[in-house]
Amino acid sequence: MANLSANPAITPELIAKHGLSPEEYEKVLVILGREPSFEELGVFSVMWSEHCSYKNSRPELRKFPTTGPSVLVKAGEENAGVIDIGDGWAVAFKIESHNHPSAVEPFQGAATGVGGIIRDIFTMGARPVFLMDSLRFGSIKGDSEQAKTNRRLFAGVVAGIAHYGNCIGLPTIAGEVYFDDSYNGNPLVNAFCLGILRHEQIARGAAEGIGNPVFYVGAETGRDGLAGAAFASRELTEESKADRPAVQVGDPFREKLLLEACLELLATDCVAGIQDMGAAGLTCSTCETASRGGTGVEIDIQLVPQRAKGQTPYEVLLSESQERMLVIVKKGQEATVKEIFEKWDLPYAEIGVVTDDGQMRVRNGKDVVVDVPARALADDGPLYSREAAPFTPPAPLDLATVTQADPLKALPQLLSHPSIASKRWVWRQYDHMVRTGTAVLPGSDAAVFIVREANKILAAATDCNAIYCKLDPSVGSRIAVAECARNLACSGAVPIGVTDNLNFGNPHKPENFYQLRAAVEGISEGCRAFGVPVTGGNVSLYNESPAGAIDPTPTISMVGRIDDIAHITTQSFKQAGDQIILIGETGDELGGSHYLLAIHGRKEGAPPVLVFEKEIAIHHALLSLIRKGLVRSAHDCSEGGLAVTLAESCFGTKFGATVDLGDTDQRPDVLLFNETQGRIVISVKASDVAVVEAELAKSCVHFRKIGEVTDKADLSIKTGGNCYSWSIDSLNETFEGAIPSLMES
Amino acid sequence: MKVAVIQFPGSNCDTDCQAALLFFPGVTAEIVWHKETSLAGYDVIVLPGGFSYGDYLRCGSIARFSPIMAAVRLAASTGVLVLGICNGFQILCEAGLLPGTLMRNRDLLFRCETLHLRVENNDSPFTSVLHQGQVLEIPIAHGEGRYFADAETLQALKANNQVLVRYCDASGNVSAAANPNGSLENIAGICSHGRNVFGLMPHPERVCDLILGGTDGRGIFQSMIDWMAAHKSNN
Repeated sequence: MANLSANPAITPELIAKHGLSPEEYEKVLVILGREPSFEELGVFSVMWSEHCSYKNSRPELRKFPTTGPSVLVKAGEENAGVIDIGDGWAVAFKIESHNHPSAVEPFQGAATGVGGIIRDIFTMGARPVFLMDSLRFGSIKGDSEQAKTNRRLFAGVVAGIAHYGNCIGLPTIAGEVYFDDSYNGNPLVNAFCLGILRHEQIARGAAEGIGNPVFYVGAETGRDGLAGAAFASRELTEESKADRPAVQVGDPFREKLLLEACLELLATDCVAGIQDMGAAGLTCSTCETASRGGTGVEIDIQLVPQRAKGQTPYEVLLSESQERMLVIVKKGQEATVKEIFEKWDLPYAEIGVVTDDGQMRVRNGKDVVVDVPARALADDGPLYSREAAPFTPPAPLDLATVTQADPLKALPQLLSHPSIASKRWVWRQYDHMVRTGTAVLPGSDAAVFIVREANKILAAATDCNAIYCKLDPSVGSRIAVAECARNLACSGAVPIGVTDNLNFGNPHKPENFYQLRAAVEGISEGCRAFGVPVTGGNVSLYNESPAGAIDPTPTISMVGRIDDIAHITTQSFKQAGDQIILIGETGDELGGSHYLLAIHGRKEGAPPVLVFEKEIAIHHALLSLIRKGLVRSAHDCSEGGLAVTLAESCFGTKFGATVDLGDTDQRPDVLLFNETQGRIVISVKASDVAVVEAELAKSCVHFRKIGEVTDKADLSIKTGGNCYSWSIDSLNETFEGAIPSLMES
Repeated sequence: MKVAVIQFPGSNCDTDCQAALLFFPGVTAEIVWHKETSLAGYDVIVLPGGFSYGDYLRCGSIARFSPIMAAVRLAASTGVLVLGICNGFQILCEAGLLPGTLMRNRDLLFRCETLHLRVENNDSPFTSVLHQGQVLEIPIAHGEGRYFADAETLQALKANNQVLVRYCDASGNVSAAANPNGSLENIAGICSHGRNVFGLMPHPERVCDLILGGTDGRGIFQSMIDWMAAHKSNN
């Protein structure tokens, strides 16, 4: 082993600085049978970070249902899961977080989050077709320093996503944004990408074929993003700003070239394996491809294209410079590969070779600086089963403690709450139409995208109500899955797969670990109930600021399939005279509701109850009606309850609605704003009401005709002896104006 | 009609344009890589939207030096129809094939939404099947679409009826409120003095299919097809 004089000695302090515990270091000594070199210490540090090894979460993640007849590539096998969608076509999709980088540098943090997830998809041989994102920030209201910071983070993250997605030419077609002070100092940025491919195009990230050359292609390696995976795997502190060098800088133009070059390359027969350089960069891509291939890989650092002179092997190995790929080329095909990279003006180099000894070996010219068993590094990392704190489910909210707000005022207040208000300010900055497939624009329950080349219609939604998850992680997670499925059903889609992004606090704290475990179990239960596999995802732990952990946020993204263009359904009312039917029963709970939060400033009680059997029956009933051409619009009840749903169905149309909820002694605020699960508001032609009601009765789901779509742009709701009426124009102005007025102030 | 859709590094509406063109019977549309040097045999050239060269330096400022641009210039000088959409418009301005320039949007934010356009003039190969004053619904998607030209250039554009489309409201009023980006006099698209080169910021290729929200973009392509048919038969 070369002893480069510039390298520091391996001291306990240096080991601790690398985030390795004394026990983990002992394991390194056993694996190597000697003291590691400085480079090897860095390599173990990033590979055994939570971000790369899932050491705290893997035992939990095994609980996910990951198999099914349509699963072509399972979760965890490759960079993204792959699901069959028929006729020889498949989709690859995944969500991934870039929370910590976005906290210290929102624009580049978010931009490179998008870049990273796109690479994960085209590494699979799939052509990326659309993006979604799930974002969380602290409150953006008011003049406090914290609110100003949150606005700056929000604006920066949105601009960063827009910068990368727009430039590379992928539409961002759906997403969600919530604002809650638990995200102060630690925003969440989860980016989703879906790609399409033929079954035979699935590419593998394995270093196959002893003697095959290893190519590096893409951006030159610089010092940016040094050890970002390790940075992502610790809590954010006041000093985290000093970690800005751990944030990468994105170049979407370079990635566009890389994307086109890689797809062109994968269409040839030259590639034995391909792997992007994401977290842990060159280190991770070499040892993972070797481990998957059951081979070894030997590379020479001096051959790697570099942005600056004088970078040390340590820096080159741990850099997370963006827009880079590792390609294992079939020997003899080098010329074709070079021709394609030259066509696209991409830097490339042959940097090594596949070996038969199972070692990840890195040379710096003649000197060997890393010589580690690849499998030990990639797959034999430490695994921890953390302690979960005991949890007592919260008591239901005592309604007597909640004063009745005037619904006339409460509805506009809810519609102007940034978490409920229109996100047009956000998605107008995203090109959501490029690739000419967006059939349902952002802002509806689920986005719908027509994949022209495959003649398939896909729908996608992303959801997580973290208030529910905070109050009861198990119930909240099940609701996140159910809401996604419900949103898909409202668009006319059947779910085909799930990817999840588990955003939690430090897992060493038992209450946080309980949340993680309960969420995984809740999601698993949900996915089993709906019969959809989890095809992969991402775990982001250590989401803490000095004020404490974030609310647990297990973001669910669900993809669905629509069989016929005629089945595409949106939330907007279509014609005056259409009848409005509420499917599902309204309960009397207010726990965890946005009404309770936005009007009363309380985040408490038990979240709404979710009964999968009821939920599934409702989705089936709705889909059956949609397929029969009987549904003009469908919109689920979520944050803000029935009144918000009805208002949203009027927005963007010239219609209003007259609704009568009948004689009831229920409190009007509970009836209008509670968030009972499993409810969908549909509108149907007046002449179809009888057949729709008969169908719903046959499906054994609870339903009730509640009103009619009108020509007059008013929403009026009668309940018990009360009648409330709002002007749609005025409500819409509140809904649309809320975020722009905060951001332009 | 044989169309060349130029693919610059960073073009991202190339296949969208190709797909929209292929809706029309009798049209063939091929993607042509920017390192090619000849456009012989093509009736129409489309410079699609996207971020050629990442918009680095200035939108379109590097793409104008691509090898293909000499062939585009040559074709334009012989009367071949050249359509530049969004980034394609920016490239045509940078290349001097159209006057003026496109600057950062007034509010400095990228903006993607469907807007109204008023057809200002139908005396062009790109608007001939449309009516003067007709209102089209076509989306924009750009961060740098604020058209600007000096007073003299603007005067000449107007004198020669080169302004083909302006941003307007749903009723066709060209107002400040209907201007999405601060463009001079709401200008959304202009043609060359010879009328065979047309650049516009909105994306007609995105509204050629009802399922994607409209078909108002078809008129521009149909105009070109009709013009070519008449032009070819005249020869």
